[in-house]
Amino acid sequence: MEFISPELDYAALAPMIVVGVAAIISVLVEAFAPRSVRRFLQLVLVFTTLIGALVLVVLNSGMRVLTGGQSIALDGPAWIMQGTILILAILGGLLMAEGGVDPSGDAFAPRASALPGSEDERQFTIRGYLQTEVWPFLLFAVLGMMLFVASNDLLMMFIALEVMSLPLYLLAGMARRRRLLSQEAALKYFLLGAFSSAFFLFGAALIYGYSGSIAFGPISFAITTKAGENTLLLIGIAMLLVGLFFKIGAVPFHQWTPDVYQGAPTPVTGMMAATVKVAAFGALMRLLYVAFGGVRWDWEILLWIVAILSMLVGSIIAISQSDIKRMLAYSSIAQAGFILVGVVAASPQGLASVLFYLIAYGFTTIGAFAVISLVRNASGEATSIRDWAGLGKKSPLIAAIFSVFMLSLAGIPLTGGFIGKWGVFAAGVAAGDAWLVIVAVIASVIAAFFYVRVIVLMYFADPTPDTAAVVIPSGFTTVSLAAGATLTIALGIVPQPILDIIANAGVFIR
Amino acid sequence: MNPANYVVLAAILFSLGAIGVLVRRNAIIVFMSVELMLNAANLAFVAFARMNGNLDGQVVAFFVMVVAAAEVVVGLAIIVTIFRTRKSASVDEPNLLKY
Repeated sequence: MEFISPELDYAALAPMIVVGVAAIISVLVEAFAPRSVRRFLQLVLVFTTLIGALVLVVLNSGMRVLTGGQSIALDGPAWIMQGTILILAILGGLLMAEGGVDPSGDAFAPRASALPGSEDERQFTIRGYLQTEVWPFLLFAVLGMMLFVASNDLLMMFIALEVMSLPLYLLAGMARRRRLLSQEAALKYFLLGAFSSAFFLFGAALIYGYSGSIAFGPISFAITTKAGENTLLLIGIAMLLVGLFFKIGAVPFHQWTPDVYQGAPTPVTGMMAATVKVAAFGALMRLLYVAFGGVRWDWEILLWIVAILSMLVGSIIAISQSDIKRMLAYSSIAQAGFILVGVVAASPQGLASVLFYLIAYGFTTIGAFAVISLVRNASGEATSIRDWAGLGKKSPLIAAIFSVFMLSLAGIPLTGGFIGKWGVFAAGVAAGDAWLVIVAVIASVIAAFFYVRVIVLMYFADPTPDTAAVVIPSGFTTVSLAAGATLTIALGIVPQPILDIIANAGVFIR
Repeated sequence: MNPANYVVLAAILFSLGAIGVLVRRNAIIVFMSVELMLNAANLAFVAFARMNGNLDGQVVAFFVMVVAAAEVVVGLAIIVTIFRTRKSASVDEPNLLKY
């Protein structure tokens, strides 16, 4: 046996190479640049890189190539998802860069290694040290996500999954305030994440045993040629799906979501909630459509069950939440269920509707978490929903912006969320899953209740002494928040340009 | 020797790892169980590579070792931080996040 070295299409890989090289430079900056200039250098490096990679993605968007010996597929949907991930990462990065909201610095612990409440921590805080190690983590996570949506074999997908997840586990544990919660979130996220990726890997091994290859093309070919003996195949698919359902936060693999959303620093929660959803759904669809399209009738049932459970469990448990970050976490579980309705349609229409939904959901989510990072009281962020009572009278603008995000998540017309939901439901009906869409509509009615409840609380309750105050942020958060709000409304009123881009992207290449 | 036996062994090791994650209470042991699951997958890959007569599975095993090492770095960092804060590595004790 001899190895044939794979051909690499460097032009098509350029966006990922740029982000990867920048991530390594970012680590070197941490090691060698003096503290006084470190934060400045990192911010310049991160934002130039992300914007540069976005430009490259736009320039490349006409390409449809399989490269690296079939292991990476850069096709229309991949470019759209990479572009979305980069834009969302820029907006999330702006939130992470915010230094003017917390009186003692930014959202991150000055030293993650200093014990909470210790003299070390106090000294670091007094001296105004800022954590800059979050920036290489952000770049590595973005690299993993970009690779995740383009990976066209099981090994590449596993590596991308880990490159994406490992920095996020650490970022979740770095909050400046409520550090015990943050560390606990990191531990839970890490242990459960590692557990689920072990399932993914063993599933990959079984599929390799079944088909004799780890690339999606040959797996798909093996499925069409080997009729009958498919025990390994079905167990393998189920185990791969465990790993991916964990990442998208679908029931019954959702237990980590509320804890991590609540414990992680709010800018990280926003960035992660938006980008990981895009990346994981991209990978899920490519795996199911390209590799396992031939056994659609077998995985369809699994997706139905998970979609229904996610929609109902997410919507119903969200009603009883008293913490706004936890409520949005359950909301994200329900949203994962709605998106699965589009995934299970397994049609070009379904793919297009899921892409639009992910874009709309991403901007809305980042914006919502940007607002949460601004609503504060003496102990930090006021995440208890009670403290938001009467916010509409104290800060009409922020309350209005947050209402737009809530309406978009609930799927009310004139917001991006409505067009997204309408798209996936239409795709579901067209694919013959009308009963599933009926369940989804019922779930969205339940979900609308808790979104609207926050709006009612902000506008129709009187401010109490506990009502939180809105901090005026610096330019970073303002830009991110403005972009999130503008795009949420723009996607609802003039969705056509984005729908056209998605329609031109076509489907996954094989 | 029939390579299929190694696949069965891999499945047994994977199940032991999964049971370990679910029943053990010490974060380090839970983490070791996860590593056992990854290595069980490696064994399955190598056994299948032998059965399929190509090298893909062996290449995967090398990559998985690298990923597992990276995971150890991140995982131990998180577990040690929790241990220093709480003076315990039990996964039952961090229980502030609920409901």
